[in-house]
Amino acid sequence: MTTVTKKTTNTMTTTRTATDHSGDVRLSGITKTYGSFTAVHPLDLTVPEGSFFALLGASGCGKTTTLRMIAGLEEPTAGTVSLGGQDVSHLPPYKRPVNTVFQSYALFPHLDVFENVAFGLRRRGIRSVRKQVEEMLELVQLGEHARKKPHQLSGGQQQRVAVARALINHPRVLLLDEPLGALDLKLRRQMQLELKRIQTEVGITFIHVTHDQEEAMTMADTVAVMNAGRVEQLGPPAELYENPRTTFVANFLGTSNLLEAEVDAASGDDIVLRAGVSTLVLPRARCSAPATAGGKVLAGVRPEKISLVHADDSGEVPAGRNRITGRIAATSFTGVSTQYVVDSPVCPRFEVYAQNVDRDPRLVPGAEVVLHWNPAHTFGLDAAQDIDAGVGTAEEEALA
Amino acid sequence: MTTTLTEAPPPVASTAQQRTPPRARGRLTPYWLLLPGVLWLLVFFLMPMVYQASTSVQTGSLEEGYQVTWHFATYWDALSEYWPQFVRSVLYAGSATVLCLLLGYPLAYLIAFRAGRWRTLVLILVIAPFFTSFLIRTLAWKTILADGGPVVGALNTLHVLDVTSWLGMTAGDRVLATPLAVVCGLTYNFLPFMILPLYTSLERIDGRLHEAAGDLYATPFTTFRKVTLPLSMPGVVSGTLLTFIPASGDYINADLLGSTDTRMIGNVIQTQFLRILDYPTAAALSFLLMAAILLVVTLYIRKSGTEDLV
Repeated sequence: MTTVTKKTTNTMTTTRTATDHSGDVRLSGITKTYGSFTAVHPLDLTVPEGSFFALLGASGCGKTTTLRMIAGLEEPTAGTVSLGGQDVSHLPPYKRPVNTVFQSYALFPHLDVFENVAFGLRRRGIRSVRKQVEEMLELVQLGEHARKKPHQLSGGQQQRVAVARALINHPRVLLLDEPLGALDLKLRRQMQLELKRIQTEVGITFIHVTHDQEEAMTMADTVAVMNAGRVEQLGPPAELYENPRTTFVANFLGTSNLLEAEVDAASGDDIVLRAGVSTLVLPRARCSAPATAGGKVLAGVRPEKISLVHADDSGEVPAGRNRITGRIAATSFTGVSTQYVVDSPVCPRFEVYAQNVDRDPRLVPGAEVVLHWNPAHTFGLDAAQDIDAGVGTAEEEALA
Repeated sequence: MTTTLTEAPPPVASTAQQRTPPRARGRLTPYWLLLPGVLWLLVFFLMPMVYQASTSVQTGSLEEGYQVTWHFATYWDALSEYWPQFVRSVLYAGSATVLCLLLGYPLAYLIAFRAGRWRTLVLILVIAPFFTSFLIRTLAWKTILADGGPVVGALNTLHVLDVTSWLGMTAGDRVLATPLAVVCGLTYNFLPFMILPLYTSLERIDGRLHEAAGDLYATPFTTFRKVTLPLSMPGVVSGTLLTFIPASGDYINADLLGSTDTRMIGNVIQTQFLRILDYPTAAALSFLLMAAILLVVTLYIRKSGTEDLV
């Protein structure tokens, strides 16, 4: 019997090395409609083998539907899903080399932890599962809980059983549907690192669906931000954060200060903008919208990139920085940093996060201030978009 | 009845108790709520039981009156005379329970997972027979199974009756007045008691468990065998108990659809009480039936081990 197990494992390893990088997940033109409602618009997506890929978006954006189409739990209305070159679009879930970690885990309540983990192996006719199950339970650090029933475990432990139950089958792709949604904040942080560790250890492609932008950025190599059934932008977390291409991404991923500005001159590597009385410089490379003199763009800057000085010290601001003046509307002290909301003529709620290194006692609500930042930290977006797209969605989700 | 009604906590009582410290009042509340139920059980369950128990050990006659003489021999006499009816009751009720399970499980499954927006309608249809009296419904079966009727005719043409006759369940080309008729009647009458608990336990199963099983390489049939069926076991157990217990004490079906050869223990008890007026024997038989059911049920629950399920 051990030979059988070994054989299976061997075959799996050889397949993986033989196929090398053709083990990608490819979605081509995949669409899902429910009656007149389109949950997922034609979507093309390639997830490279071995990557940790996150689908990020607010609820109802189509991310879970996309995941379920990969798992085979949802039939695509159009388009194909292929795994490592094989078209699996019409295979039932039990014939796909894919496993899922379900939201709220869906552990079998009548089976103990061991049998839950062994379920997939047994269904594939593998008899001697003990060694594999024990190894897997060791990997998720649940060795001593093997004979407990799921309801006797804590949320974090149940989550790890769900991961072990899926991973033991060596799927080509592991799908995670909001796997940490039911955990409290501290445990979630811990499990994020744990999942990342496991992914690095087993080298399987992970596709992770989440509404938590911080979670997506912490764990994934590549993040696809989805909105209303479409992928807004796709890229490594830092790239998405620093160079959002739409207002939705700029607002959904962290916080952005966006202000409407007129293009004064667009020559060379820099675009010169005018917003109210201020003149701002935006590197052309960081502007995703076509900028012609006289046109409009949205200039954006992240709150932590901005420095804040009292208006009396405005002379200390070095030359060549983008400057905006305003009055502090509110401050909140969060320990490591202080968050200021500044009311400026060009943007009514300019947010600034300042590290609490040397706190200036004059920076209290009502104080006149000058905001300044390195022009290289400015990004430009198409002014034709809704400036508030994606605002609040993230917070609403977190509260839900 | 009156006792129970007056004991229902009147609003006046709560205003009167406002003065007492909230903690003491809170501690007594559960007992006040229990009172009506406890009284009900005392008056309508425990007292008749005690009365019946004393009757079963009495001797005497209707004319001279009965005396408690601790005559336990009545039990032994009753058992040795009527054991065939006991065995028959268990057999008939058991067969009806199995039939109910075989018919009821697929139906409950369909209602729980496939009925969609028809679910409520189908559930109402399951309960609909209760709108007519038990007696009328059983009498209707007399017409359905009547000699020379379409059902018997069809069964005859299909040679089903040859098989059932060979099994001793029917006699010749008759269905009425045979064990088959009684079992059919019991199955029909107790089917809703099987379907409803089955439906409740199936409906409670999280649909994501089916998805999870499919995701872990289980075919739909394996999913049923390894996930759905084990999780619906509480429903199977309560459904079979709710069918078996009343079916084994039933006498209407055997009375209306059966013959003297299909008499169940319920018929014997009824005759003893109402026609022969041998109260001690009837009471003793009732206790024996209760003991028998208790024994069967205990063994069954032990064996099915449902306390392990969540």
